[in-house]
Parts: sequence; structure tokens; C-alpha cells
Amino acid sequence: MFSFSKFFLASSLEEAYSELLKNKKNIILGGTSYLRMGNTSWNTAIDLSNLKLDYISDEDNFISIGAMTNFRNLETSSLLNRYFGEIFTTALRDIIGVQFRTNVTVGATVFSKYGFSDLVPVLLALDSKVKLFNGGIIDLEKFLNETDIRRDILVEILIPKKVCQTSFQCVRKSKTDYSIINLAICNFDNNITIAVGSRPGKAILAKKTMDLFNKSEDIEKEIVNAMKYIGDEIPLDSNMRGSKSYRELLLAALLRKGIQEVLN
Amino acid sequence: MLLTTTINGRKKEILIKDDDYLLDVLRKEGYLSVKRGCDTGACGLCTVLLNGSPILSCSTLAARAQGKHISTIEHFPLEAKKFASFMTSEGAEQCGFCSPGFTLTVIAMIKELENPTDDEIMHYLNGNLCRCSGYVSQLRAIRNFMEDMKHENC
Ligand SMILES: Cc1cc2nc3c(=O)[nH]c(=O)nc-3n(C[C@H](O)[C@H](O)[C@H](O)COP(=O)(O)OP(=O)(O)OC[C@H]3O[C@@H](n4cnc5c(N)ncnc54)[C@H](O)[C@@H]3O)c2cc1C
Ligand code: FES
Ligand code: FES
Repeated sequence: MFSFSKFFLASSLEEAYSELLKNKKNIILGGTSYLRMGNTSWNTAIDLSNLKLDYISDEDNFISIGAMTNFRNLETSSLLNRYFGEIFTTALRDIIGVQFRTNVTVGATVFSKYGFSDLVPVLLALDSKVKLFNGGIIDLEKFLNETDIRRDILVEILIPKKVCQTSFQCVRKSKTDYSIINLAICNFDNNITIAVGSRPGKAILAKKTMDLFNKSEDIEKEIVNAMKYIGDEIPLDSNMRGSKSYRELLLAALLRKGIQEVLN
Repeated sequence: MLLTTTINGRKKEILIKDDDYLLDVLRKEGYLSVKRGCDTGACGLCTVLLNGSPILSCSTLAARAQGKHISTIEHFPLEAKKFASFMTSEGAEQCGFCSPGFTLTVIAMIKELENPTDDEIMHYLNGNLCRCSGYVSQLRAIRNFMEDMKHENC
């Protein structure tokens, strides 16, 4: 059972961070939906609820999302919708239910780099950055590629502000199950970015396929070509939800659907 | 730690362990309408309203209810009774184990969504599983309930 001995309500990020460093068994609490599935007993659980990290705000160059913002707020945000279309709503709406999405937080999901995440590919395709309390601002892609787990606090996500056409595609066996594969596509002024997740590994950018589209005069014409290309580029694997070859077929089909959506 | 919270309109002070989940605290305090149906956050049976929003009490630390308002189904006796009668007349209620969490989510939905379509209703209630009745009859019951509430408010 998930347990801890002390609940610590932090009154500043500095205080939360110094508490985190005090003991290897101290942890940061997100929505505690995932933590409770584990079997670890922790020492101090550090709560960020009082630090006003629950926001989606419109800054000069970025849309910034606080670490404690829940999925339901992303799903229903008119600000995100105005810049990025319905990609957040589409990606998040089938994760369990309204009550669950009111609970789970952005910071925990991104910091934990879950391979099955439906949110991480969306943020990756939108070229996001993460702001860590100690580590500063770094590209999400670079953060995902790090193999060492930092002792740090994710403070916010920064998404470059641009109005773009987007698409989120995934296949689930039943409506609220984990995705078997997912991909997020963004088209900003005919510059395409594509992120693939639930491979089942961590989400990655399909850089060669993106190049193929971005060097082409006619993106639509390139689709059939790209459908072959992306399977070679993206390492896929099997797990209990689907085989490697099933994922290959799905990825190609979803790519076609997604690209067509961002061109319309 | 001492949890100071308001449950169903009444101020309460409860001594809790730091890592207690709200579901366990509520059941220990005698709010037995709050059920545990799974252990993963997937069934919605443990739903309560926290400051008016439906949350899973099995996944929420009790400490996080500090200074907030919790409502269980007992807070809505009239709505609960009326909704139950619409449910039974559609054959949408059998063992009733899922009903407290389900009814609370319906009550929250009615406050949040204006004139929802069937798809919007189904989407809002996706996180509420029922083991024995099925969802088509439930949808009919919700529609009847909403219709009735509308007339009541006129
Ligand atoms: C049954 C179930 C089904 C799910 N299905 C899906 C799905 O289909 N798609 C999907 O995308 N996701 C899914 N998820 C994952 C979910 O969306 C969340 O990502 C997950 O629950 C973690 O969020 P949380 O807020 O509950 O984090 P917690 O459980 O509180 O924390 C998780 C980890 O993050 C750390 N952490 C929390 N906040 C911070 C921070 N600010 N800085 C640094 N570290 C931090 C914690 O210490 C912990 O190690 C599912 C989860 C569950 C339990
Ligand atoms: S008991 Fe809380 S969601 Fe199932
Ligand atoms: S009526 Fe039995 S679980 Fe829903």
C-alpha cells in the first residue's frame, strides 16, 4: 500500500525543494492517482496545493500551464482551444472519467514520462518546454531523453504561442483504456511536427517523416510515402495491448488520417 | 493531523492519519453511502463532491479536504429520492451499489452542463461503472430527471 509518515504543505517552492532534498524517501504529491497504485512507504509527502500552480495563462510568447493544473481544466480550456484547436480535449477526454481527470495533474504526468501518456505527445508536437525548479527551462524533448531521474520539481510547462492546426489520433480497445498507440500532429504555416507515443515506449518526434513533409512542395502528395517511412523511423514494440506489427499498421493509418485533418 | 472540514453542511473536526484517503475517513465517520468499487480510480463509486465538483474520494488524500466542503448523497435527499424513482421506473437500478456515486455525478453534471446532448451526458458519466443495470436505461432515467428538474425550476 502507498503510505507516508508526514504530510507537508509547502508554503513556497524553495521550501518544497529543500524538503525534497532532505531524505531520499521524500516525495512530491501530484493528484496521487498513480502513487496510490504503488506499494512504497514514503517519509514526507510534499504538497504543492498552496503554491498557486493551478493555472493556464496567456504570456507574451508562451501559454504556460502550472504543474498542479488538472486534466479536466486542460480539456475544457478555451484559451488552449483558441491557439491549438481541440487537441487537448481530444487527447484527454477518454482518460477514465470526469472525476479522475479532475484529480490527475500535468506536472506529475510530464515529470514521470509515462510511455502510455496521451498528454506528453501533444506537448511534444507543440514544441513545449518544461520549467524545473532547480534545473531551469529545458526543451521537453531533451527532458524526455534524459535517462537519469532528476530530484527536482516540475513547476510549469511552456508552450510557444502560435495558432496552429492540430490533430490527435489514437486507438483504444475500449473507450477508457490506455492507448495502443497515439500520435499528435501540429501544422503551423505548413511546418509539420509529429509526435508518437504509446509505442509502447516514451513519446518521440518523427523527425525524418516531418522532414519529408516539410521539404515537400505538396504535403498531401507525400502522405502515402510518409506512411511507409514512419514505420521504419519509429521504434515500435509489442506489449499486452498490441503487437508490434499491429502498431505498425495503426501508425500508418493514423498518420494519414491526422495529416489530412491538419491540412483541412 | 486534525482535519477541519464541512461535511454535508456541518463543520467537522476529525483526527486523521497524514496518509489517510478521503474514502476511508468518510466511511469511518459513518458516511457509508460512499462505496469502494475498485482500487484503481476507475469505477466512480466513491465519488463525492468537493466544493461542488465530483472527485474520487479513493484517490484524494483526506488532508486535501482541509477547509473545504464535502457533499455525500445524504446532502441531497430530495434529488436522490426523485432520481431513484426515475431510475427504478426505467429498470435502471438493480443492486444500487453504484447509485450514490452515480447520482452525485449526475447532480454535478446538471449544474455544469446546459442542455447536454446524449453524447455529452455519456461522456460526463464515463467514469461511473455499473455492474448490473446497463447504461441505456440509465440515460433514459437521466433525461426524465432533467426534464422534471427543469419544470420544477420554472
Ligand atoms: C487507472 C489509471 C488509468 C490511467 N489511464 C491513462 C490514460 O489512458 N492516458 C494517460 O495519458 N494517462 C493515464 N493515466 C495516468 C494519469 O493520467 C496520470 O498521469 C497519473 O495518474 C499521474 O498523475 P497524478 O497527478 O495522479 O500523480 P501522482 O500519482 O501524485 O504522482 C506521480 C509521480 O509524479 C511525481 N510528481 C508529482 N508532481 C510532481 C512535480 N510537480 N514535480 C516533480 N514530480 C512530481 C510524484 O512524486 C510521483 O512520483 C492513468 C492512471 C491511472 C491510475
Ligand atoms: S473506488 Fe474510487 S474509483 Fe473505484
Ligand atoms: S445497480 Fe448494481 S452496480 Fe449499478
